[in-house]
Amino acid sequence: MSYTLEGNTGTWEIVVGLEVHAQVISKSKLFSGASTVFGGEPNSQVSLIDAGFPGMLPVINQTCVEQAVRTGLGLKARINLESRFDRKNYFYADLPTGYQISQFEHPIIGTGIVEIELADGSTREIGITRLHLEQDAGKLMHDQDPKRSFVDLNRAGVALMEIVSEPDIRSPEEAGAYLRKLRQILRYLETCDGNMEEGSMRADVNVSVRKAGEPMRTRCEIKNVNSIRFVMQAIEIEATRQIEIWEAGGEVDQETRLFDPHKGETRALRSKADAHDYRYFPDPDLLPLVIEQSWVDQIKQTLPELPDEKRARFQKDYGITAYDASVLVAEQSTADFYEKVAKGRDGKSAVAWVTGDFFAALNRTGKSIEESPVSADSLGAMLDLIADGTINGKIAKEVLEEMFETGEAPIEIIDRKGLRQVTDTGAIEAAADDIIGKNADKVEQYKGGKDKLFGFFVGQVMKATAGKANPAIVNDILRKKLDG
Amino acid sequence: MSLDLATTRRIAKLARIGLDDQEIEAVRAQLGGILGWIEILDEVDVEGVPPMVGTSVTTTLKPREDVVTDGNCQDKVLSNAPDREGPFFTVPKVVE
Amino acid sequence: MLTDLTIAQASEGLRKKEFSAVELTKAHTDAVETLNGRINAYITVTSDLALEAAKKADAQLVSGDAPALTGIPLGIKDLFCTNGVRTTAASKIIGNFVPPYESTVTAKLLENGAIFLGKTNLDEFAMGSANLTSAFGGVENPWHRKGDPSVMVPGGSSGGSAAAVAAHIAMGATGTDTGGSIRQPAAYCGIVGLKPTYGRCSRWGTIAFASSLDQAGPMTRTVEDAAIMLTAMAGHDPKDSTCADIAVPDYRAACGRSLKGLRVGIPAEYRAPGMSEEILAVWQKGIDLLREAGCEIVDVSLPHTKYGLATYYIIAPAECSSNLARYDGVRFGERAEGATSLDDLYEKTRHNGFGEEVRRRILMGTYVLSAGYYDAYYLKAQKVRTLIQRDFTHAFEKVDVLLTPTAPTAAFARDEKPEDPVQMYLNDIFTVPASMAGQPAMSVPVALDSKGLPLGLQLIGKHFDEETIIAVGSALEKAAGFTARPDLRAGVSA
Ligand SMILES: [Mg+2]
Ligand SMILES: [Zn+2]
Repeated sequence: MSYTLEGNTGTWEIVVGLEVHAQVISKSKLFSGASTVFGGEPNSQVSLIDAGFPGMLPVINQTCVEQAVRTGLGLKARINLESRFDRKNYFYADLPTGYQISQFEHPIIGTGIVEIELADGSTREIGITRLHLEQDAGKLMHDQDPKRSFVDLNRAGVALMEIVSEPDIRSPEEAGAYLRKLRQILRYLETCDGNMEEGSMRADVNVSVRKAGEPMRTRCEIKNVNSIRFVMQAIEIEATRQIEIWEAGGEVDQETRLFDPHKGETRALRSKADAHDYRYFPDPDLLPLVIEQSWVDQIKQTLPELPDEKRARFQKDYGITAYDASVLVAEQSTADFYEKVAKGRDGKSAVAWVTGDFFAALNRTGKSIEESPVSADSLGAMLDLIADGTINGKIAKEVLEEMFETGEAPIEIIDRKGLRQVTDTGAIEAAADDIIGKNADKVEQYKGGKDKLFGFFVGQVMKATAGKANPAIVNDILRKKLDG
Repeated sequence: MSLDLATTRRIAKLARIGLDDQEIEAVRAQLGGILGWIEILDEVDVEGVPPMVGTSVTTTLKPREDVVTDGNCQDKVLSNAPDREGPFFTVPKVVE
Repeated sequence: MLTDLTIAQASEGLRKKEFSAVELTKAHTDAVETLNGRINAYITVTSDLALEAAKKADAQLVSGDAPALTGIPLGIKDLFCTNGVRTTAASKIIGNFVPPYESTVTAKLLENGAIFLGKTNLDEFAMGSANLTSAFGGVENPWHRKGDPSVMVPGGSSGGSAAAVAAHIAMGATGTDTGGSIRQPAAYCGIVGLKPTYGRCSRWGTIAFASSLDQAGPMTRTVEDAAIMLTAMAGHDPKDSTCADIAVPDYRAACGRSLKGLRVGIPAEYRAPGMSEEILAVWQKGIDLLREAGCEIVDVSLPHTKYGLATYYIIAPAECSSNLARYDGVRFGERAEGATSLDDLYEKTRHNGFGEEVRRRILMGTYVLSAGYYDAYYLKAQKVRTLIQRDFTHAFEKVDVLLTPTAPTAAFARDEKPEDPVQMYLNDIFTVPASMAGQPAMSVPVALDSKGLPLGLQLIGKHFDEETIIAVGSALEKAAGFTARPDLRAGVSA
């Protein structure tokens, strides 16, 4: 079902495009040799180039170019073998040179596609307009002095990829799905860590509303939203605001706005009246960036399997559901873990254990998959022990918990704690006879048609064997004795 | 081509060069004169002519390796600051 | 007198131990002390540093391991950042700026043993043609009209360098040329000024005016000296992406090379209307001398010449408006007092810090780049620039070098400065086209006019063919026998 908002004058749909700023993973900055490491002493990771000193000149970082190409390939986008750098001129305290070096007319990456999955299982394609390289700005601190703001240029000049989507997004849910998918792709490619809290991924959200079938109306840009949840909230709040204006007979002004999650509102940052005039022109300090198709082909060879392909392969190779597969491929580390567990085993039981008890244990202990005390090999060994009848599923849960605590191999725990499954029919028969003998009344009722009581007998036998009896054998024996 | 006062003011604002009314008028007149003189370019037919990129035989960028070779020079970066506070540059308070 | 020597002569004298580097430097620092108060060629004088360096140079000369410029005292245009030495661009806005780094060109000169006497005056941020826009006062041209005490301008923007070399208070000096800033003051001061091919010298650490045009070069009293200096200044620099990775020849070897069969182009369009008879006559003299030296004289056409200046006055201000945005009073330089907001800080700082001409060019550049005007001005100008470059390419299919006047007039008196900026800009009419196309070009003094002021001729070469202009320049210099010296110079009491 398509997402719409009801107004007084009828039904409105929303049109959203996203501009994502993703920080490139590189050791040094886009145009200087200063470090990009997060959290340094203020103004320590700054070269005189970043600080815009007289006579300083930019020199492009090869790895940043490669990362942009990798990302372009991951977005199935056109790679422009010749691109240019332009200056975007404006004055602000976080911009030392008075211009940002960006790519305006000739970006390195052209149109591409991101496929998103929605909660109802449907998929949609969101168009990518372009991806370009540009410099990040510095950071201002406003709360340290009553009269002054402080300037730290450590971030100034760090490489960003600005990834611009087509206005193809039609709901907050789609925006969320798009951002999650984009982040997933960037992480798989290792071109951006996607950490929105640390600001390495930020979104500018362009929102407009219209009645069905109408052309586009005026859009507003909500700057620098730093979480997926906020993006989704901001879209709904901004769309509602615009609908109210239109319905009251007003005009929405094209302007830049800020989202305030505490107040649950967007507000104008600056209006068209004092809009910027960026005076873009080709940076005369930088010549055209020309790359070879053969180099692009080489990079293509090194691309990892991306989430969409991996999901399809998991469904096919391991016979698991689309839902399970997308849970597994959400993070490359999870997918890799699962694949190690599932390889040569039953894929379905592997996914049940990984996404079930294993995830639950990680959650409970607050650990990431990388920090898991239980390795994929060790979880796989446990699955083998279930399959060969050494333990049953119920005992396995207990064993897994112990594995999380001690890091021991499953077989060691089983042996130490004597958890091997009882498959000796004589012992199980003796236990069954004992239970039947002690519960003559229940036997009577069972035979009288109270079928549910069968479970009671199974439970009692399991209890008598401390849970170690093979449940299938217990069932067999009880059937013979009670029904036979 | 003559330049109007409002445009001159807008340009001065964009360039962040504070000019008083008298200076604005003087600049308006001078820029107008220069722009009039530049109109000679209207004579040139540039149909199909590409704009110049770079000037010499060096026509494409030579990238550098991604190695940390710079920065870590806080003292140099801050040494000329007209008003600094500890490791920071300062500006009059910015309200966002 | 030691201050009368050329770089080539002094270098030989030092090696023959006829005098020491300390003696040579002392002769120059003394001359600077005596004359700079009047000429104002230097903004910052670094005599103590120079004498220290001279001692080291002497030690090097003794050890025998002394590079080409060891012990040679030079003036450095105050646009080159010099480590620990104030660098001002002749502007109030960085009037007290002390760079913690050394420009590539000056670093190369230092590696080659050169000694720096100080930082020479210029038009503010190199914007001007008469050295009248410096925040540190104007420079006096050491030359005067016969029997007329009027102060003449030295040309610009490298007017301090030109005047210092002409007055023998530097053996040579660095200049930078954006639209003629080396060649025009060289012509006004009767010295040699060489603007290399764009990309020949690194721009790293040189304060930018217009990035696609700025180029450093030598200013000397002889062509041979210019060749010696250029050999030291030129070369690839990975820190400047626009700097060419092409080997540097020994330019000195080109001096005295035979000109037999060399084709010299005479562009018709440089015969500008209203040009003085004297300029035309000196141009003709140059043509005759080169013909006698064995050159073939060929008439050529550079049809877009007359659009050069207008193109230049779009592109250079556009680039400067962006390059000079960094002067905002935050990280370095002068900061206006009492600003109430960030924009107020910017506006006050930049109003107080920049002089009138710099402000005018920033505003002009801001205008031509602004929304709605970019295509009509900047983009159009870059297309015309392509046509100007094509003119040169076509001409160089027929000839090896071009010969033109350097400037439409000789130096003018300070009080004859035109009020109209456009009139002022016309000084660059012959130098700008080569800048727009990135060609190397050199001004060589050839004669004095009837009033006793020097006149220069310009040689324009193919990209990266500085050797040919040096070869032709040295022959022209020899044939012209220009030996006149200004009355205001070291060792002559004025
Ligand atoms: Mg944007
Ligand atoms: Zn951006």
